[in-house]
Amino acid sequence: MSMLRLEAVRKEFGRLVAVDDVSVSVEQGTITGLIGPNGSGKTTLFNLITGFIQPTRGRIEWEGENITNWSPHRVVSRGLARTFQITSLLKEMTVLENVVMAHHLHIGAGLLEQFLRRAKMRAREKAMEEKAMAILERMGILHVKDEIAGELPIGLQRSLGIAIALATEPKMVLLDEPVAGMNPVEKTDIMERIKRLNRDGMTVLLVEHDMKAVMGAAQRIAVLNFGRKIAEGSPEEISRNKDVIEAYLGAEDNSC
Amino acid sequence: MKSRARRNLTKPLVVGSLIAFVLLLPVFVAGYWIHVITIAAIDVILVVSFRLITQMGGWSFAHVGLMSVGGYTSALLTTKYLHWSFWLTLPLGGLAAACVALAISYPCLRTREFYFFLSTFAAGEAIRQVWVNWRFFGAIFGIPFLARPTPILGLKFVSPMANYYLILFFCLLTVFILYWFDKSRISKTLLAINSHETLCSSMGINAWGYRALAFVVGSFFAGIAGVLFVHFIGYANPVMFTTLYSFKIVTAAIIGGVGTLAGPIIGLIILVIVTEIFRDMLLWFPIVQGLLIVLVLLFLPHGLESVPSQLSPLVGRLQGKIRDKLKKNGAQGEG
Repeated sequence: MSMLRLEAVRKEFGRLVAVDDVSVSVEQGTITGLIGPNGSGKTTLFNLITGFIQPTRGRIEWEGENITNWSPHRVVSRGLARTFQITSLLKEMTVLENVVMAHHLHIGAGLLEQFLRRAKMRAREKAMEEKAMAILERMGILHVKDEIAGELPIGLQRSLGIAIALATEPKMVLLDEPVAGMNPVEKTDIMERIKRLNRDGMTVLLVEHDMKAVMGAAQRIAVLNFGRKIAEGSPEEISRNKDVIEAYLGAEDNSC
Repeated sequence: MKSRARRNLTKPLVVGSLIAFVLLLPVFVAGYWIHVITIAAIDVILVVSFRLITQMGGWSFAHVGLMSVGGYTSALLTTKYLHWSFWLTLPLGGLAAACVALAISYPCLRTREFYFFLSTFAAGEAIRQVWVNWRFFGAIFGIPFLARPTPILGLKFVSPMANYYLILFFCLLTVFILYWFDKSRISKTLLAINSHETLCSSMGINAWGYRALAFVVGSFFAGIAGVLFVHFIGYANPVMFTTLYSFKIVTAAIIGGVGTLAGPIIGLIILVIVTEIFRDMLLWFPIVQGLLIVLVLLFLPHGLESVPSQLSPLVGRLQGKIRDKLKKNGAQGEG
């Protein structure tokens, strides 16, 4: 059963075609990889799916619902969360406060209640903190829960980014280069955690440049080049695909 | 354990004594000065509600414009054949200001920082021009002969002191409500939105909604202040709601800082004191006001409220030095 379906999604910025009629679907319970050279439109695709930009043409379906032109907070409310390529955190707040804030959708209290029922809110805050700490534990960053987010080393910051996405209690997460900037030990650790999340039922769409990481985790991979999908299949098929190899080697030849 | 108990007492003690102070004030001052502190109480409502709007990331120059919406609403409803009671028009004035704020939030909340200041400045001016140009609102003559609030619960509001207490009541009410607001999750969410709006959207937070909420609630209190203002003066007139008034509120916020609820109040008190010192030399006042702003921005950019937090490391160091010196002297004595 495909959770997320893109049909002929196209994004033009003036005359630049960032996403060129891409159709792809993500099956429930899988880890799907999205790879391609820099500038191939991966992050643009993420932004389109999660509502940060609107497609020029095409249709995006989430659990059968048309979410094509929805705003970001509405998309998240349906259970589709994302992380950012540039680590996005509430830098002045602590790690725990970041995750508690991300739990916003599930506070379960209207605005007036938040303001008036102080004792009730305090109990809720306590429950939220417990949930947040459980998520921090899953990502292995519980030990820094009271550190200021902006002062964490980059590896832990990226883990926090994933924890924030998890706090929205999604059914699927879009991870934009989750292990970028990490050392091999951290990379293995994070990929293991992602695989564990998937085993526990989370569907994952993963953009990553580290080939070993993607091949080792994804069950299915789609490849983009210049905004167009050039291949789709299992990791083995992709690694042997001529167009894919050319896209990456070709990019290397043209790089300065 | 002992120090924590002591710390828990200081805050309510300070607040309690401040409230006692403002309650007893009219006993010690007379005539002109009661007028000054009454206007100051209205201005406190304005600055704390202005601060709420700064929390969502904007320095709004429409605040006094929205105040005038409240004032004029009450002025019209208590005169012009309707003759409604002040007690009814007070909340209605607040609501009117809130509605206008909601309307202008659609264009203005698309802007940020400097452009927000510009767009709200334009909106505030537009509102004032409505009062100036439409005969329905009395044009440049405004709406005169506004009555003091009608007696309620056996209390009459004829004397200056009675009016001071009435306005002080609403002032304290506003401060308490906004204090609770400050401690609520809503306030934390606003700070988060200011920190990283895109991230908050991906957390499921409706950033525009929260910003609009802060703007509308802040403007509601501005409207309340407006109603209190026009009934105190007895007149609703465009000259009462000029840019200079807006500037006064902003100056108070800059001097005192907007990080805490107390900041703008401190800034306002300083400003009122300085204003009264220069009352006889009104020509000098704009220079003084400008100088104050420049000095604050140069030396205490976060306003006077940041003084305690800036002092505590210095005090800590001083304590350390004294301790070291005592140790040295003690060692010398024993040696």
